Amino acid sequence: MSEQVEELIKKEYAAGFHTDIESETLPPGLNEDVIRFISAKKNEPEWMLEWRLKAYKVWQSMEEPSWAHVHYPEIDFQAVSYFSAPKSLEDRPKSLDEVDPDLIETYNKLGIPLHEQEMLAGVAVDAVFDSVSVVTTFREKLEEAGVIFCPISEAVHRFPELVKKYLGTVVPQRDNYYAALNSAVFSDGSFVYIPKGVRCPMELSTYFRINQMNTGQFERTLIIADEGSHVSYLEGCTAPQRDENQLHAAVVELIALDNAEIKYSTVQNWYPGDENGKGGIYNFVTKRGICHQRAKISWTQVETGSAVTWKYPSCILKGDHSIGEFYSVALTNNYQQADTGTKMIHLGKNTKSTIISKGISAGRSQNAYRGLVRMGSSASGARNFTQCDSLLIGDRCGAHTFPYIESAHPSAIVEHEATTSKVSDDQMFLCQQRGLDPEKAVSMIVNGFCREVFKQLPMEFAVEAGKLLEVSLEGSVG
Amino acid sequence: MLTIKDLCASVEDKEIIRQLSLEVKPGEIHAIMGPNGAGKSTLGNVLSGRPGYEATAGTVTFKEMDLLDLDPEIRAREGLFLAFQYPVEIPGVSNMELLKAAVDARRTHAGQEEISAIDFMKMAREACKSVGLDQSFLKRGVNEGFSGGEKKRNEIMQMMLMEPTLCILDETDSGLDIDALQVVARGVNAMRSEERSFIVVTHYQRLLDFIVPDYVHVLANGRIVKSGDKSLALELEAKGYSWLEDEVA
Repeated sequence: MSEQVEELIKKEYAAGFHTDIESETLPPGLNEDVIRFISAKKNEPEWMLEWRLKAYKVWQSMEEPSWAHVHYPEIDFQAVSYFSAPKSLEDRPKSLDEVDPDLIETYNKLGIPLHEQEMLAGVAVDAVFDSVSVVTTFREKLEEAGVIFCPISEAVHRFPELVKKYLGTVVPQRDNYYAALNSAVFSDGSFVYIPKGVRCPMELSTYFRINQMNTGQFERTLIIADEGSHVSYLEGCTAPQRDENQLHAAVVELIALDNAEIKYSTVQNWYPGDENGKGGIYNFVTKRGICHQRAKISWTQVETGSAVTWKYPSCILKGDHSIGEFYSVALTNNYQQADTGTKMIHLGKNTKSTIISKGISAGRSQNAYRGLVRMGSSASGARNFTQCDSLLIGDRCGAHTFPYIESAHPSAIVEHEATTSKVSDDQMFLCQQRGLDPEKAVSMIVNGFCREVFKQLPMEFAVEAGKLLEVSLEGSVG
Repeated sequence: MLTIKDLCASVEDKEIIRQLSLEVKPGEIHAIMGPNGAGKSTLGNVLSGRPGYEATAGTVTFKEMDLLDLDPEIRAREGLFLAFQYPVEIPGVSNMELLKAAVDARRTHAGQEEISAIDFMKMAREACKSVGLDQSFLKRGVNEGFSGGEKKRNEIMQMMLMEPTLCILDETDSGLDIDALQVVARGVNAMRSEERSFIVVTHYQRLLDFIVPDYVHVLANGRIVKSGDKSLALELEAKGYSWLEDEVA
């Protein structure tokens, strides 16, 4: 079977292509001037610039973390370019027709034509192409419901009070090295505010793309669900093929006020590097949400891309009876490395968290689950359930589990279950004997393994996730 | 339909099948019997192309093709079906999903269109009914938590849906109670036709009371040592296998 595997492994990254769009790119390097340039480019108010500069100082005093189970050459942060925007954006397009046809073409290649999405899925798309949001749709309709969904750069101007009040409250500037860097140089991202008691009338969705040589991506997303509101947010990424390693350090902050609910779903498909481990995105992401009384935050992620993934979407369960959930599928192939998981910080009484993690390793990849469950001294009656399953394809990859459990309250209950299994030759043969080719067989078996997590995804995303898994597994049967 | 000539096959370099020859014509049922370790299951595995089972000499012609030259999935699409002795579980993949893909693979290969979900469901429900499986089995993970008997019924259900031309039943009767045995046999008998052939591998004569074979072959030490009609099976039941082994020796 391993020969079939070998052959399949050789297929190329299906979303790998490069769109040529004239952009205005800052030369590599980072200093205060660069930050001032970014801020000026966005016409930011003084307070925003000050905030960035403060973060920059913090960042300079910090060191890159090295505890994760990943290995990569040292990153020269002075060799990274910190700003890039498609030029045509100086005049923001009023409708899709005004958008650069190249851009639309790119989306089409990825199978996410905006027109169709608007009509069919009823999804409002805030498409981020490189650093600047190009197309924002459905905004008016959302505003009718009182929902704010706009680029964060715009929110800084239109809703400064909200931004000032919440930015950096869940992920402080000095939280970690990459979060500090992001705070200093963040390019753009989404801002969402759902007013009290409002159920957002549609799924909010953002597609991210990296499309500039040597340009780091520093997305910043802030989602605030006011009391009793409800929102489902979808984030999807895919990137063109390239040789050089690219730095990506995003920050996402979620605030779920009393009785609010936020569902955040991600499909991540950044360029993973080629079959020899050359190239690929370095993805250092800080995602965290805070739950107030009886609030709920649910993270669902499907991670198939990036050469290196460092990502722990977490929940601070501050309010009593609040709920945190983390559903994850992380797939690594070839030489990819992933160190991903979650942190569930139980502070409130009777808080509940659920962690379902499915790791799939193929090729020569390394896949680690790292999760912290902390029951604070005031978290009486708190409960956690963790299930952590690893699936190995072939015998040259690795799966690792690093669970951390800290309980400071005697009435708290923490359960942890873990399994490791292999795609067996018998399973493969059963599928083949029923007429399926090996590639289809593996993708079916792996999709089955991930079913519990896929169930959590919004419908249209679930289909995409299944497809993505199939593409990412190409060449990994073994 | 199927012509096996002087087939030799090894598993992990150990020769299991030694110069076996067999001719199966359309519409025929051949029973393969024999003691443990005779190579009965190996035969089914070699014919279906299971990795690790290597044909080292001889030829196998299936529908005028060189069977040994085809990938396992192509053999399946051409209509060769193996009902597994030990069906494996595939957690999270529903029976329905696997079977729809299987039926479509076979249809596409034959130049037909994929079956519509509605037609497939109709067929699948029908098949479930005829082997006495509740329809809920279609939604359950492949063999996930099925009892031994349910797994075997599930194999027959799959066989019905795939409409193969050559069915190989690898000890489908093992571990079945008499009721389940009859269900399996009814399924097979309902599928008998002039175009479809069966190779039924079994230890016991019991199954052949319900599925009446045209020929019975005794496999010992990797070769067919005796062939006959149904009465041979009864003789074996009465006398065991040792006399044949002695005879051959």
